[in-house]
Parts: sequence; C-alpha cells; structure tokens
Amino acid sequence: MNSLLVLFSFLVALILSSVPLPDIAIVFRPEWLMLVLIYWCMAIPGRIGIITGWLLGLVLDVMYGSLLGQNAMALAIVAYLVNIFHLRIRAFPIWQQSFMVFLLAIMYLTLTAWVRGVAGEFPITWAYWMPALTSALVWPFIYILLRDLRRQRVS
Amino acid sequence: MRELLRRLGGATPATVRVIVLIALSVSMMLIDHRTQQLERLRNILQTVVYPIMFVSSLPREVIYGITGSMESSKNLQTDNESLRQENLLLRSRLKKLHSLEADNRRLKRLLGQSEQIAERVLLAELVEVSLEPYTQKISLNKGSRDDVYVGQPVINGDGVIGQVVHTSQFQSTVTLLTDPSSAVPVMVMRNGLRGVLFGTGVRNRLAMPYLTADADIRIGDLLITSGMGGRFPTGYPVATVTDVKQEPSDEFLTINTLPVTQLDHGREVLLIWPGIAETRKDKVLQEWDDE
Repeated sequence: MNSLLVLFSFLVALILSSVPLPDIAIVFRPEWLMLVLIYWCMAIPGRIGIITGWLLGLVLDVMYGSLLGQNAMALAIVAYLVNIFHLRIRAFPIWQQSFMVFLLAIMYLTLTAWVRGVAGEFPITWAYWMPALTSALVWPFIYILLRDLRRQRVS
Repeated sequence: MRELLRRLGGATPATVRVIVLIALSVSMMLIDHRTQQLERLRNILQTVVYPIMFVSSLPREVIYGITGSMESSKNLQTDNESLRQENLLLRSRLKKLHSLEADNRRLKRLLGQSEQIAERVLLAELVEVSLEPYTQKISLNKGSRDDVYVGQPVINGDGVIGQVVHTSQFQSTVTLLTDPSSAVPVMVMRNGLRGVLFGTGVRNRLAMPYLTADADIRIGDLLITSGMGGRFPTGYPVATVTDVKQEPSDEFLTINTLPVTQLDHGREVLLIWPGIAETRKDKVLQEWDDE
C-alpha cells in the first residue's frame, strides 16, 4: 500500500527535475530525485534499492538527453550506500542526515562531472556544486513530509 | 531481461548487484558515446517518459497562455498591422526570389550541378522543459513521427541554431551550436574561406580553430554554412567574427565568433530536410504566386 506513495513521490521528483526555471534558479535546483531515492532507500531498504535507483537514473538520462547510464550509475551507487548504512542513518539526528545528504550529493555530482569530462569538454564552475548545498538544506523538509505521509497511510 | 532482474534482485548480495550495474552503465555510456546503437532504446524510453515531460512543461505553457491572453487588443492590432506590412514586403521579395531560384536552377542544370536551393521545412515549437544543466540542448515538439532524423539541421529566421541529436515519437532533442560537442562546417561569405565552427560551452561564443596566420579573415565577417559534410545545406548564416588574434606561440589564429541568432530566445524553430525535393514548400510558393 506504500507502493502508490513511492511511485507518486518519484514521479513528482522527476517532474521537479525538469520543470523549466530561470537561469539563475537552475543553479540552485536541488537533486530532487536523489533526495526522494535516499529517503526510500533508508525507509524501506528491502524494496527500494540499487535497481530502483539505476532505473530511475536511466529515466533521468533519457529526459535530460545525457549519455545513457550517467545518472543511472551515480544513483545506483547512492542507493547502494544508503541501503548498506540505512540503520545508522535512521538513527542520525536530522542535521546529521543533512550533512550526509550533502556528502552523497557531492559524490553524485562528482560522478556525473567525471563522466561528462571524459565524454567531452566540460567547464566546472563553483556553481556546479551548488545543488549539493541546496539538497542538504531541503532534506529535512523532504524527510518530514515523506515520513508523515507514510505514517498516515500506515495508520 | 525479467529473469535477469529477478536473479539480480534475489539472493545476490548488494555489492555484486551494484558492481554489475556499474559495469552495465559504463558499457552503455561507452556504446552511447561512440555509436548510435542505443538510439532505439532511447527512442522507446523517451516515448515512455513523454507524459512526465509534458507535465513539466505545463507551468511555463500556462504562464505563456496567461500573458498571451492579457495582451491588450490594441497591442494586437498594432502587431497585426506591422506584421501585415512585413508580410507584404516579404511576399514581394519572395516573388523575386522565386524567379531567381528558377534562373539559378536552370543555370545549374546547364552547368551540370544538381544542388538544390530550397528544402522541405517544418515548423517546430520548443518544449519548455529544462534539460541537463550546463549543456546547451533544447527539446522540440516534433519527433520521428514527423520524419525528424538524427543529424537534421535546425534553423530559425536568422540562421542556424543547431542539429538534432535524439528523436522519439513525439519529441526530439537539439544540440545548440554553443554546445561543446557541436561542430559546423562554414565558410567566410566574403571570400569562401572554409573552416569549422566549434561550440565552446559558453553562451554566445563559437570558436574557429585551425586557420593559419595568412588566412584572410577579419572582424565582422559573416560565416555561412559551407555544405561540407553534407549535414547542413549551403548558405545559411551561422555567426559573425568578433575577434581575431595571433598568439606568438601559436601557429594558428585564435578566432572568436558570435552566433547570428539568439540561441536561447524564441519559441519556434524550423526543421529542414536538405536535398529532399520540395513538395510542400513549392506548393506554398505556387499558391502565393497564384494569388
């Protein structure tokens, strides 16, 4: 019965990832899909994990027109790490979770930047790392929102 | 495939699964980077994600709709008036162009050349979704259903915009001239000097490397497509030269150019089919002539 909520949250995350924004705002866009994926990998690690992450990444690759496998690989690795450490992450206070999200986002951005660097010329500026910061800031809201939605459905 | 997934999802430890998926991703990226083999897979997947992209494009469409309907009728009237005048002017010029075109075709036939001037064209609209940040790509609302193909040139009223890199049923992705992966064969209109324009990843800047110091190129020169390589038809404006420098350490000139079109403005573009005999456009011209 959680499945609907999971599916819906991923759909919303995908839409948020491709909604057009002014150029200034795009720099600050959090990695919505990664955030929602982290939540579910932590909450129901038995069901949402590496393969879900990989498939979602593939969908993102297709939507963005990037190299097939670029986001898929990065998100599979994120899902893998969260799956492994889900018990520990659950016990973290929220600010510490945010910090962890920041580190995961940096890793995610590094992986995609690396792929794009190998595939062609790719200028990296300070703004490229901005989504890591905004993702960490948005995390508490995502966490509380999804947790409350899930509890409502369970009860 | 399902069997494989189930087996992967079953008893195998997570570490094995992730390593397999990383290997799969890397090989997919390599194949996708080097060849066109995955175009079919991408095509299918893109049709699947089309609804998501459609929903994403709604907010901007709604904003356009609202601002559109708020435009006062007076504005529309003046717009209409000026457009009518422009239309009249363009039509008179087009008539002249049409006769010139016929002349040109006849002369070319005399010379034994089979080059075509006019192409089949199709108007496409931008889909308002944001693609991967830091790449110069746009999405169009015409796809393989309308015969759009990979490598197809995309232009607007001012000149070349870029070329199609992926297509799906209903949509296609276009790489703009400024994308680092873009290259267009061009020539200087003034003297026919040939070169290739490369995207730099920086907005409004294209580079033209590999011209030696004795090349006759000046600031302000207009660069048009040369037709080399067979992708872009000859004669569409691409960029103007803004900067020509000779570094003492470099045997080639450093040439910067500015695209003639505002690549990130405007909602409508034209897809062209070079070399395809004009059916539709000829008809249009014919109709205009008949009027």
